Amino acid sequence: MSSQDIPEESPSSEQDHAHGAVAVKDPFADPGLPAHRPRVQDIDERAAKRSERTVALLFTVSMLATVAFIASYVVFPVDKIVYIWPFGHVSALNFALGLTLGLALFCIGAGAVHWARTLMSDEERVDERHPVEAAPEVKAKVMADFAAGAEESGFGRRKLIRNTLFGALAMVPLSGVVLLRDLGPLPEDKLRHTLWAAGKQLINMNTNEPLRPEDVSVGSLTFAMPEGLSEHDHSFQTEIAKAALMIVRIQPEDIKDRRELEWSHEGIVAFSKICTHVGCPISLYEQQTHHVLCPCHQSTFDLSDGARVIFGPAGHALPQLRIGVNDEGFLEALGDFEEPVGPSFWERG
Amino acid sequence: MSTANDKRKAPAGERVADWADGRLGIYSLAKANMRKIFPDHWSFMLGEVALYSFIIIILTGVYLTLFFHPSMNEVEYHGSYVPMQGVLMSEAYASTLDISFDVRGGLLIRQIHHWAALIFLAAMMVHMMRVFFTGAFRKPREINWLFGFLLFVLGMFTGFTGYSLPDDLLSGTGVRFMQGAILSVPVVGTYLSMFLFGGEFPGGDIVARFYSIHILLLPGIMLGLLVAHLILVFYHKHTQFAGPGRTNKNVVGMPLLPIYMAKAGGFFFLVFGIIAIISAIATINPIWALGPYRPDQVSTNAQPDWYMGFSEGLIRVMPGWEVNLWGHTLVLGVFIPLVIFPLVLASIAVYPFIESWVTGDKREHHILDRPRNAPTRTAFGVAWLTWYFVLLVGGGNDLWATHFHLSINAITWFVRIFFFAGPVLAFIITKRICMGLQRRDRDKVLHGRESGIIKRLPHGEFVEVHEPLTQEALHTLTSHYQYTPAEVGPTVDENGVERKVSRIERLRARLSKAYYGRDNQVAKPTVEEYKEITSGHGHH
Repeated sequence: MSSQDIPEESPSSEQDHAHGAVAVKDPFADPGLPAHRPRVQDIDERAAKRSERTVALLFTVSMLATVAFIASYVVFPVDKIVYIWPFGHVSALNFALGLTLGLALFCIGAGAVHWARTLMSDEERVDERHPVEAAPEVKAKVMADFAAGAEESGFGRRKLIRNTLFGALAMVPLSGVVLLRDLGPLPEDKLRHTLWAAGKQLINMNTNEPLRPEDVSVGSLTFAMPEGLSEHDHSFQTEIAKAALMIVRIQPEDIKDRRELEWSHEGIVAFSKICTHVGCPISLYEQQTHHVLCPCHQSTFDLSDGARVIFGPAGHALPQLRIGVNDEGFLEALGDFEEPVGPSFWERG
Repeated sequence: MSTANDKRKAPAGERVADWADGRLGIYSLAKANMRKIFPDHWSFMLGEVALYSFIIIILTGVYLTLFFHPSMNEVEYHGSYVPMQGVLMSEAYASTLDISFDVRGGLLIRQIHHWAALIFLAAMMVHMMRVFFTGAFRKPREINWLFGFLLFVLGMFTGFTGYSLPDDLLSGTGVRFMQGAILSVPVVGTYLSMFLFGGEFPGGDIVARFYSIHILLLPGIMLGLLVAHLILVFYHKHTQFAGPGRTNKNVVGMPLLPIYMAKAGGFFFLVFGIIAIISAIATINPIWALGPYRPDQVSTNAQPDWYMGFSEGLIRVMPGWEVNLWGHTLVLGVFIPLVIFPLVLASIAVYPFIESWVTGDKREHHILDRPRNAPTRTAFGVAWLTWYFVLLVGGGNDLWATHFHLSINAITWFVRIFFFAGPVLAFIITKRICMGLQRRDRDKVLHGRESGIIKRLPHGEFVEVHEPLTQEALHTLTSHYQYTPAEVGPTVDENGVERKVSRIERLRARLSKAYYGRDNQVAKPTVEEYKEITSGHGHH
């Protein structure tokens, strides 16, 4: 970039001056560093004093702010909420601590910067740069040293040592890899099964009561879990991540998919709540169209047509759970999901 | 030192320094660095913002570890936040509520930690763009560019593992998204997922595992990279913009002691102070409003922190392709975004090496380019940013839809089309703007600055008076180097024997032409041109 590096690019102005023979000088030549322009503080001691007082004032404000911080910590109860325009209802303690700490820090910074800008010398200085690359003789010395060292080790000559060393070094990290095996169990068919099984009643997640067909009205969206699962179970989170169910009632004549109708009970259909894209729970239901939308990535499924994907990044329909009514008149599952719920994976097939 | 004059005892400070020098050699270190010169430009402080927010994150992060319990054991909440009384939640979530509502100042530190993380990533990104657009990544700084890039990528994952720790409904949904993406990996996806989560999702291990990654593994690597990054900044000496007295072989500016000690040291306090004030008045990640994570529940408007937004965009706009073959499923709809995600990042990381290959330039570069003087590079950078921001729009497609009353389908299609078309358009437009600015510079050099004074000549013609530039300005506008495009050279040697020209060589020549050919940069004025114009009557 610079003119020094590229002699052919710009005729050196220094040469012109040195020889004094060229009549017209290079108009683009580097005129050198401009002369230093003094600031008002450099000339006027009163201005400098003013700056000094400003800096000292900032540092003093910082001290006072730290005192205020400690006072706030002691004075404000942790649960006090106050209204402060325009921020609304905020924690008094958080507000006071943040502002006083912020002020204490900011004033130190502002004071230091003001000091540097107005009172410390602002004369520009020049440092030389030196190339990063070593001089040829240094490089030659290093190469010779390396060759000597390599020769003395016999590394290149004694191939048996070299090859067995490589072998040992290549193998020893395997122990570390093996140790990672117990990070988790093998997948096996874990992703293919849920807690649902034939005869398990559908438990309303809001009331914790078994669902009857008459509890499910047209236009409502009900969430259910399998009978026997409790929020207090150790494995609740992992089980509900697969078993979560959503139930809607559609007029049987509106159901377009024949299998869906067969697996329903009087128009009540049960689908996995877990999106087949990357596993978010689906929670937005449009009553008129029977579309459900996943709020994470907007995959949209048509529950009246086998829950097929009508928009968004999901790759396949939501799995349906076959349901019926048991002798006591409660909704029950007629088996597990026939395909894996949730996001797709290699072994899904 | 003190032995030179045994009679007079040296002052205490000097004696301490002597003691340390005898063991650490601090005088030699100070000789080279105490008055080290740093050039001044507003854009050089962007990296400082990143550095200081990183320090703030470490300070506040250590405090948070004193109160946070990285455990997924289910507990019933009985703290002071009334709406959550009796709710079942993980210990991680409960302890985050405690930090927010029971530890005095805990909420402030949590908010400073999170705000500083957002600012850290933003500062790194803007700093990276400064380095990119001014060509500061050129020799000898390519390795430092890579260190910086790694810091940015590791920062993204440290941020992701960090905001997942409270185990709230929003971040748990983000972890679920990650697990779904891992499942899409062909052949090993289910194994990776089982090993990472210690079993099926969500299991009971992921918070503890993320915790050790978030507070130890990633920040440890980052700290090492950061120190290396700074050592190299000192070793290479800072770049500077062209100007009178500034050459490729010097560095012009102010000394570390006292100017940059005060300015940079003070700037740390300014950054910290501003982040503390933001944390006092602006709530961030109110996990108490979201509730604990449940795999069967979700809130709308689910959004990751901004730096993960472009990956969110990739996954949202990708069509849901799935291929079922021989009993196996290839989940292209998720796997392709997972592959493009690192490619988006890598494409900017490798750029310096592509450019240096095209130019074949082996010299050191310490004078920064003005973006207009490297039109192809600048156009590439803007194209990359366009790509990134189009994906960010995709990541927030629901917010764009609700805030601007747009159809989500339309936004999705916009992103799908502009994923491809946006960078191309941005490239063409940026390059034209750069060329225009180069022409303007050329005009300014040759004809001077427009003074705004209109003069009426005796014969009635109106002309605008142009003021010639000062020599400082002339030098600054003409000191940049212009490459000549590389040629493939004759394909037949002097004896008429055909020379083999490799495809790589041809490609390089074509790229070089695209960079530096006649239509891709404006020749800067020569001294002859200048003299010819100025020796006449000044105007043509």
